Amino acid sequence: MSERFRTGAGRELAIQALFLIGPLLAVLILGGLILLALGANPFSYYAFVVERGMLRPSGLEATLTRMGPLLLIASGLIIAFRAGVWNLGGDGQFLLAAVMAAALAPLLHQAGWPVWLLLMAGLLTGAITGAAWAVLPALLRARQGLNEIITTLMMSFLGVSLANLLVKLAFLDPTTTTPQTRTLPVEARLPRLFDTTISSGLLIGLVVVILVHLMMTRTAFGLRLRVVGANPRAALHAGLAVPALTIAVFALSAGLVGLAGAVDVLGIQGNIRADWNPAYSLSVVPLVFLARLNGYGTIVYVFLFSALSIGAESAARRLGVPGYFSLVIVALMLITFALSDHFQKRRQRLSQI
Amino acid sequence: MQTPPGAALPPADDRAGYGRAGSGVTGAGIRPVVALQNVTRRFPGVLASDAVSLGFLPGEVHVLLGENGAGKSTLVAMLSGLQQPDAGQILIDGAAVSLAAPRDALRLGIGTVFQHSMLVPSLSVVDNFTLGGPWWQRPDRKALAARIQAAAAGPGLRVDPFASVASLSLGERQQAEILRALMRGSRCLILDEATAMLTPQEAGALGALMRRLAATGLAVVFITHKLQEALAFGDRITVLRGGRNVGMIAPDVLQARSGAENTAHIVSLMFGEDSRRPDPLSHDLPRPAPPQKGPALLKVAGLSTAGGPQPLRDISFTLHAGEIFGIAGIDGNGQKALAEALAGQIPSTGTLHLGGAEINGGVAARRRAGLSYVTDDRLGEGIVAGFPVATNLVLKEIGQPPFWRRGLVQSATIAAAARALVQAFDIRTPDVTTPAGRLSGGNIQKVLLARELTGQAQVVIFAKPTYGLDLQNITAIRARIREAAGHGKAVLLISTDLDELLELSDRIAVIERGRLSPPYPNDDTARAAITRLISGATGGADV
Repeated sequence: MSERFRTGAGRELAIQALFLIGPLLAVLILGGLILLALGANPFSYYAFVVERGMLRPSGLEATLTRMGPLLLIASGLIIAFRAGVWNLGGDGQFLLAAVMAAALAPLLHQAGWPVWLLLMAGLLTGAITGAAWAVLPALLRARQGLNEIITTLMMSFLGVSLANLLVKLAFLDPTTTTPQTRTLPVEARLPRLFDTTISSGLLIGLVVVILVHLMMTRTAFGLRLRVVGANPRAALHAGLAVPALTIAVFALSAGLVGLAGAVDVLGIQGNIRADWNPAYSLSVVPLVFLARLNGYGTIVYVFLFSALSIGAESAARRLGVPGYFSLVIVALMLITFALSDHFQKRRQRLSQI
Repeated sequence: MQTPPGAALPPADDRAGYGRAGSGVTGAGIRPVVALQNVTRRFPGVLASDAVSLGFLPGEVHVLLGENGAGKSTLVAMLSGLQQPDAGQILIDGAAVSLAAPRDALRLGIGTVFQHSMLVPSLSVVDNFTLGGPWWQRPDRKALAARIQAAAAGPGLRVDPFASVASLSLGERQQAEILRALMRGSRCLILDEATAMLTPQEAGALGALMRRLAATGLAVVFITHKLQEALAFGDRITVLRGGRNVGMIAPDVLQARSGAENTAHIVSLMFGEDSRRPDPLSHDLPRPAPPQKGPALLKVAGLSTAGGPQPLRDISFTLHAGEIFGIAGIDGNGQKALAEALAGQIPSTGTLHLGGAEINGGVAARRRAGLSYVTDDRLGEGIVAGFPVATNLVLKEIGQPPFWRRGLVQSATIAAAARALVQAFDIRTPDVTTPAGRLSGGNIQKVLLARELTGQAQVVIFAKPTYGLDLQNITAIRARIREAAGHGKAVLLISTDLDELLELSDRIAVIERGRLSPPYPNDDTARAAITRLISGATGGADV
């Protein structure tokens, strides 16, 4: 009897593992087929990405460093999406915030501000700039009910162009010929962790994403936002101040995305070249959905994506596979995980009989 | 069950108007067009269909009767291919079939007309009929329109093929859907709660149509929770309760007995023999004696709103502690605006005094002052369907102690309070963590009652509190309303069900085009007076 039970439990465990590993295997196989079509050897590509993104110390440090801004963007998106606000304007918010921080920090450094104060000012500038760029969509949504998917996307294009313009016209570094902002000296940037090259932006990102997760799940404010997101009419019926909450969501979300821009500049880039646009925000959107808007899950997916993109950038130089291939992998993951989810639910329903 | 006395008695009086065509072919030995054998279907925590066996004979109107949640919709879903049985089988002409998708059901001759229209409103009737055809063919609209008219003539349906569906009444849409099912070659026609959206006249016409369709040899299945319709339209009645087939009344038995005997039998089947509660069909329940008139608790003066489908115009009334004040009227005359304006959900002018102090401001402020509102739109705004029952029970207390302290959720406190409310209000739920949207309509309503009647509530507004519920829940909810008034709360009962108002209210006023009539005491003349007011309001004083 117990023998049969044990084999039953073992079978169940194997099936659960299959649901977890199956989609990943499918991604590797499908991605491998696409790589073959591109004329690259899938095995050497995957091995290269893993080696450069996770195993080699310098690669791992780059991966962890990049996680900082990505986690901050993810935090901003989690707040927005859980509250039913589609903030898709992250790229504009991010870039404008980065440019403002990049313009301000070197000036403060020249003026002799202490580094900690300079960094604080830079981070705050980024957050405020990001939030400011969401004011218009926020008011239009809260007061007029205008769809924020359209308005935030439009503001994003404007923001990216404006950031460009600011670098070329207003904040140009007069000492170089390339159009870029003044460079913040390394000693005035966000400190590195221990003896590595990992930026402390990683810590900011980790702390913020966990705080956001706790805010959304444990606080009254978070529940109010979730009620607005899940059923706005129930929110009105329960007496929540829906317009004020909506504006708060835009401000927090865009503020965190702006903070990500400041962390990127103050911790990693040091300056901003014209036409630079990493477009992180739209790449993070699928990640937070893969994590089901859960903060801890987001950390895992952001790490994987970060390693993938760092590895893919090296691979682009060495193997000739475009760097965008990391996005293809993310897209494949979305599809296979959605399918796995579907079959798992169907199986659960059948097993309840 | 007693054996029926001879089968030659005249039909019961309440069915006399509909003719009895077709009942002659239902003798033994006729094979059912469609049969269910031990069909079982489970959902999380619910046995929606429990080894149901049934057969639908040609030439018969077979009524499936049961309360909400008895398993009627699940049977329809399985017969129309939307869901599959977990056990048991469906037979067509005696052969087991698998209905994996709606097209299988249609191909095998089972046509279903759902409660909510499945026509595309922006298209014409003809265009709707071409949907589902082969995509590579260009539909011949003229020929199809001619076929529609020819097919409609037979059973006496009136369908204009080129009318846009949006311009049709609900009854006309239903006729078009029935016709579509017939033209697809259905031999078994399922009408799911077909009369729920119809006026009484339209419902009567539909009953006559069912009889004519059965006379052509069709097996008609009529699903309803209304006992009177089951008796009026059905040749054979099967009663469902808790997912089980609890009894079938054959045509000869049905015809042999009087309407009252049939009613008593069906009621005992629907609610079990241990029916300790009052006869649910009697509308003459003893009303509680008019309570000692308490102090005036809520004074409304000159309440008006702007905008919305029906603005309120200068509404004034006074509510006393311990009384139930009924608002009657035909739906859409400002009931919703009245409830929402009082609750603070929509802006209004005029003054509102609760216990002597003026209250204004939003929902939260009024709720703190002691005014609570049980909405009729339970799923739309009453609950957040995906959230746990426990969270829904504190949905209007977010951030308040003891459930939140310094902004942090006290999950254990909330869960304990929720368990107590689930117990006190008899909410049937697997657990307080179950998403509220998974509960049945009656239990969702109990969640709302538990939320609105506990705490500081002094004045409670009920909007259509028993709308769409089954009899058992209606009885329970009405008892709660009485109990609330008995505890000294002032109750405003807005309902479109006059019997409910007469059963519960101390005074009744009629709302009509945003204006409120003077209140009438609920005495022996109230029914006539209120009916006159309502029908006068619709301009049909001489009906």
